Amino acid sequence: MEAFVSLASGLSVAIQPMNLLFALIGVLLGTAVGVLPGIGPALTVALLLPITFKLDPAGSIIMFAGIYYGGMYGGSTTAILINTPGESASMATALEGNLMAKAGRGGPALATSAIGSFVAGTFATFGLALLAPYLVDLAVRFGPEDYFALMCVAFVTVSATFGDSPVRGLTSLFIGLALGLVGIDILSGQSRLSFGVPELYDNIEVTTLAVGLFAVGEALYVASRRHVHEEKLEAVRGSLWMTKEDWKRSWKPWLRGTFYGFPIGALPAGGAEIPTFLSYATEKKLTKHPEDFGKGAIEGVAGPEAANNASAAGTLVPLLTLGLPTSATAAMMLAGFQQYGLNPGPLLFAEKPDLVWGLIASLFIANAMLLVLNLPLVGLWVRLLAIPQPWLYAGILVFATMGTIAANPSPVELIMLTVFGVLGFLMRRFDFPIAPVVVGLILGPVAESQLRRALSISLGDPMVLLQSPISATLLAIALIALVLPFVMKGLGRFKAVED
Amino acid sequence: MSQLRKSLWRGALAAAAVAGFVTSAAAQMELKIMAPAAPGGGWDQTARSMQQALTQAGIAKSVQVSNVPGAGGSIGIAQLVNNSKGDGNQLMVMGYVMVGALLTNKSPITLDQTTPIARLTSEYEAIVVPADSPIKSVKELAEAIKADPAKVTWAGGSAGGVDHIAAALFAKAAGADPTKINYIPFSGGGEALAAILGGKVTAGISGYGEFESQIKAGKLRLLGLSSPADKATAELPSIKAQGVDLEIANWRAVVAPPGISADEKKALTDAMDKMAKSKEWQEILKAKGWQDSYLSGDDFAKLLNEEVARTKEVLTAVGLVKS
Repeated sequence: MEAFVSLASGLSVAIQPMNLLFALIGVLLGTAVGVLPGIGPALTVALLLPITFKLDPAGSIIMFAGIYYGGMYGGSTTAILINTPGESASMATALEGNLMAKAGRGGPALATSAIGSFVAGTFATFGLALLAPYLVDLAVRFGPEDYFALMCVAFVTVSATFGDSPVRGLTSLFIGLALGLVGIDILSGQSRLSFGVPELYDNIEVTTLAVGLFAVGEALYVASRRHVHEEKLEAVRGSLWMTKEDWKRSWKPWLRGTFYGFPIGALPAGGAEIPTFLSYATEKKLTKHPEDFGKGAIEGVAGPEAANNASAAGTLVPLLTLGLPTSATAAMMLAGFQQYGLNPGPLLFAEKPDLVWGLIASLFIANAMLLVLNLPLVGLWVRLLAIPQPWLYAGILVFATMGTIAANPSPVELIMLTVFGVLGFLMRRFDFPIAPVVVGLILGPVAESQLRRALSISLGDPMVLLQSPISATLLAIALIALVLPFVMKGLGRFKAVED
Repeated sequence: MSQLRKSLWRGALAAAAVAGFVTSAAAQMELKIMAPAAPGGGWDQTARSMQQALTQAGIAKSVQVSNVPGAGGSIGIAQLVNNSKGDGNQLMVMGYVMVGALLTNKSPITLDQTTPIARLTSEYEAIVVPADSPIKSVKELAEAIKADPAKVTWAGGSAGGVDHIAAALFAKAAGADPTKINYIPFSGGGEALAAILGGKVTAGISGYGEFESQIKAGKLRLLGLSSPADKATAELPSIKAQGVDLEIANWRAVVAPPGISADEKKALTDAMDKMAKSKEWQEILKAKGWQDSYLSGDDFAKLLNEEVARTKEVLTAVGLVKS
C-alpha cells in the first residue's frame, strides 16, 4: 500500500511539464538510436552525460530512462523489417518477426511488438515498484552454480526448438560455442584462439555475428537466388492492424514473456538474451499453430518482445536497490546518478524517495508515449518493404556495415562481418538454422565461466551444483525438459503397440 | 539586432582571445584525447571530464574525445604509438589496469614507447567481507590466508587487473604463497559485489567506490584500504597500519605519443598543471568521488617505471605472465 502512495507522489514529479518534455526527448532519441544498429542506448547516454551535467537531476535521469526504453522499441523495428537486430536482445524477435514482414504481415508484427512492449513494460514497472526490495534478496542469493544451472535450462529448451533436425541444430550451436571461446578467458586472463590479433582479445562481438549471419547472409542468399525465381515481397497483405485472431494469439505470450523477462532481468548476471530465447522456445512449444513457426508466427514476436522490455525494467531492480549496473546502459545511468552525487544502493530509496519514485513513474509515462509514437508509425515503417528488392538489400548491406563500423572502428571487425555473412549464406544454402550459432556465442562463455567460478569456490567439488536448492531445481527442470519428449514418444509407441 | 549580437559576439571572442594570450598561449591549443576503451567506462569518463574542464576553464580552445576500445587498452596504445607519432596535440588516458593488460596480452607495444605526461587521480583498493562474516579484521584474514590460501576465496575484477594484483600482494605480505590464492574474477558491472553480498566468497577486493554505499548501509564490513598508513582514519582504516604491508593505488593518467618535441611536451604538461588546479576540474573530482593525486613530469615517469617493474613481478609470480 505504501508503495502506491509513493508511486502517486512519484507521478506528481513525473508529470511536471519540464519532466514530461525530458521524457519525450528521451524516448525520441532512444527510438532513433535503437533503429540504427551499432549506436545503442549506452553510447547515447554516454555522449549526453557531459551535456546534462548542469541540468536538474530528476529531469536528466528521467530522460535517460526514456532513452533506455526507447532503444528497446527501436531495436525491434529494424529486427522485424530488415532482419537486422540492432542489439542482441532483439535477436529472437527477428526470427519470426522478419518472416511475418516478408509475408506481408509487418503491420501486425510491429503492432504486437509495440503493444507487447507496453504491456510488459507496464507490468514490469509495477513489479519494480512493488517487489524490488524482495527480489533483490533473492537475486543476490543466486550464486555461480545457480547461473550455470539456469544456462543448462536455456541450452536444453533453446536447442530443442531450432530446426527440424536435431543434428543440424546442434551443429549450429557448436559453431557458436566454438566462436564463444575466442578471446581472453575471463578466469585465467589468457587469450584463446585469437592468433595474436588484438581485436579478437575482447571476444567476438555478438552484434557483428548477428548482423553478419542475419542481414549480410540473407542479402547474399537473396542475390544468389534472384535469377532462379524472383521472390515477390508484398508490403501489406490483409490488415495493417492486428486482427481479432492476432489479439487472441498475442496476449498470453505477452504475459508469459513478462514473467520470464522481469525476474531474469533482475538477476545481476541475467541479461535480456536468455529470457527472450526462453520465451521464443516456450511459445513455439505451446502454440496452437505450430505450422506457422518458420513462416512467421505472431506468438514468436509477441513473447520475446515482451520479455525484452520486461527485462529492461528488471535491470533497474539491482541498479536502484544495490547500485549494481547489469547492462551497459544501466552502467551509464549509474554514472549519471553519481554525477549528481547520488549513490544508488540500499539507501537511495530512503534518502531520495521523490527521485526514485519520479523515475519509476516516468517509466510508465515513457511507455505510454512510446506506444502513442510507435503505433501511427507502423504504416510508415511497413512502406520500407515496398522498396524494390535490390535497393532494399543494398541498403541493408550499407546499414549493416555502417553500424558495425560505428560500434567498433576497425578493419578486423569488417572482415569478421564479411566472413560471418558468407557463413550465413552457406548455412542458409545448406539448410542449417542460424539462431543457435548466436545463442551459442552468447550463452557459451557465460555457462563456462559460471561453472568454473562455482568449482573454484567449492575447491573443485562438483556436488556444489546439487547442494544449492536453486541449482538443483533448475538442473532437474533441464533434465526433465531433455528427457520428457523421448519418454512421451516412447509411451506413445508403447500404447500404439498395445492397441 | 542580429548585427548587434554578432558584434557583441566578436567582441567577446576578441576579449577571450586577449585574455588567453595574457594568461598563456595554451588557450589556442586544440587537443585530442583518446580513451582506449568503449564509452562509459572509467577511462572514457576521465577523458570526457578533462574535455569539460579544459574547455570551460579556457585552457584549450577545443578538445576532441575519441574512443578506441579493445583488449584493456592494447589496441588504443598501438594506435597512439603507430599513428599519432610526433603529434603534439594528442593525449591518451590510461591507468594502472593498462600496465597489467599490456603484460598479460603480450602486447608488442610497451609504455616505454609513450611520453608520460601526468597522473590525475587515484583510488585505493578496499578489502571487504559480508556483514555476517566471522572475519573481523585484516589480521584475521591474513591468518586465514596463511593457514590455507586456497580456502580464502576472493571476488574481484578481471584476471590480471588491479584487484587480482592487490589480492596476490596481500597474500605475499601475509606470508602465504601468492601463486596459491583462490581469486575468482568477475566481469565488471557489480557481479562481484553480488557474489560478496550473497556470501559466496570469503572476501571482496575492488576500488573503494564500488563498495561505498554497501559499507555505509552496513551490508559489508570494510577491513581496510590499500592506502599509506599515515592516511588512515577511524572510518577508513589502512591495511598497512594493521600490520600487512600492502600499498597499491589504481591510478589514472595521461600520456602523449612518442616523438614529440620538448616544447610540445612542456605545453601539454603545463596544460595539465593548469587543469589540475582549475576550479572546474576540482568540482568534477568532487562530483565523481575521484581522489586527486596529481603528479607530473619526471616524478610521474619514474612512478610509471616502478609500477611496470612491480606488476611484472607479481603477474609472473601468479602465473599470468610467463617470463
